Amino acid sequence: MTVLLAFTGFVLVVSLIVDRRRTLVGVVKAVRMFLSLLPMLVGVLAAVSLLLAAVPPDLLQRALGGGLLSFVAALFVGSVTLMPGFIAYPLAGVLKDNGASVAVLAAFITTLMMVGVVTLPLEIRMLGRRVALLRNALAFAGAVVVAVVMALILT
Amino acid sequence: MRDVPEQPGGGSPGTRLGAQKRPGKDGGRGGIARVRHILAIVLPWLLLAVTIGLWSVAAVSAPGTFELGERAGRNLWEFSLEMALVLPAMFVLVGLFDVWVPRTAIERHLGRESGPLAILWMVLLGMLQAGPLYAAFPVAVALWRKGSAPRNVFIYLFTFSAIKIPMLTFEVGFLGWQFSLLRTAVTLPLFIGLAYLLEWLLPDDTTIPGAPSV
Repeated sequence: MTVLLAFTGFVLVVSLIVDRRRTLVGVVKAVRMFLSLLPMLVGVLAAVSLLLAAVPPDLLQRALGGGLLSFVAALFVGSVTLMPGFIAYPLAGVLKDNGASVAVLAAFITTLMMVGVVTLPLEIRMLGRRVALLRNALAFAGAVVVAVVMALILT
Repeated sequence: MRDVPEQPGGGSPGTRLGAQKRPGKDGGRGGIARVRHILAIVLPWLLLAVTIGLWSVAAVSAPGTFELGERAGRNLWEFSLEMALVLPAMFVLVGLFDVWVPRTAIERHLGRESGPLAILWMVLLGMLQAGPLYAAFPVAVALWRKGSAPRNVFIYLFTFSAIKIPMLTFEVGFLGWQFSLLRTAVTLPLFIGLAYLLEWLLPDDTTIPGAPSV
């Protein structure tokens, strides 16, 4: 994050030195885009906050404990929810310590990162319905393949 | 050279939103469409109000008695923090990218005729950044609008979400080297393939709505 901020700052300063007016046009565009998406973003984040709060952590751990049902559960939980990496990886670590299989962990991590059901409204707004739905469907299928391949190699 | 975003009406960013907010103008459409419009405007703030409300109840009650509210509040805080750290920088970069990078350069290096080197660029761009998937959407829109081939946009989106150098230490710490390396090794080629499949599945003239402006 600090790298991103530093890089953006650097680019912004260089851009300002080279052409102040053009930089201003770019920044105004950025602000407009951000503001137009803000309501939807707020809604998505609030929805995920409520969703994650409604599911107690110990229930999640029991559901993803092991077995084929856990694999299916991991795919769906990962698809629906949205978590920053610094929450998702520790959670996956806890699942692993509680006996979750490689397939379950891979399915959970991969769908969590690649499939976004709660962010779908946002994605449809930006990429269009067809592109967003196809991308998520293929990402889901890809996550299944990744999980199965990893389970075959590591177990 | 500076190119103008291809939008009718001089690309005024307010037009689309403005049209949506005037339900009186689309009298031809049914009531359901109107309800959906109103819901789309009200729902986000309603959800925010509910979350903050639950958190407030938890804040005034004794600790531990209302965990749902505590958790909801904590989640919202963490997500907001993440968004505040990443999104403004991403949007500024996208805005500067839009005014500085000529369309011809993107078309030449990342367009439909581009070679395998484009894959490398997209993978590098994607894996150096960290952040939630939705932070990558504005970049994807900017790339698409500038003439990048759909497959390259998808390679960027997939590597952005799957492989993050800044997050690698986290993954290794909690799940181990073996798991992280194998996951990366399986995910990368598979999803590059899926990006090609996705481009092939989409009609050639697919356009994306993007957000107003850019």
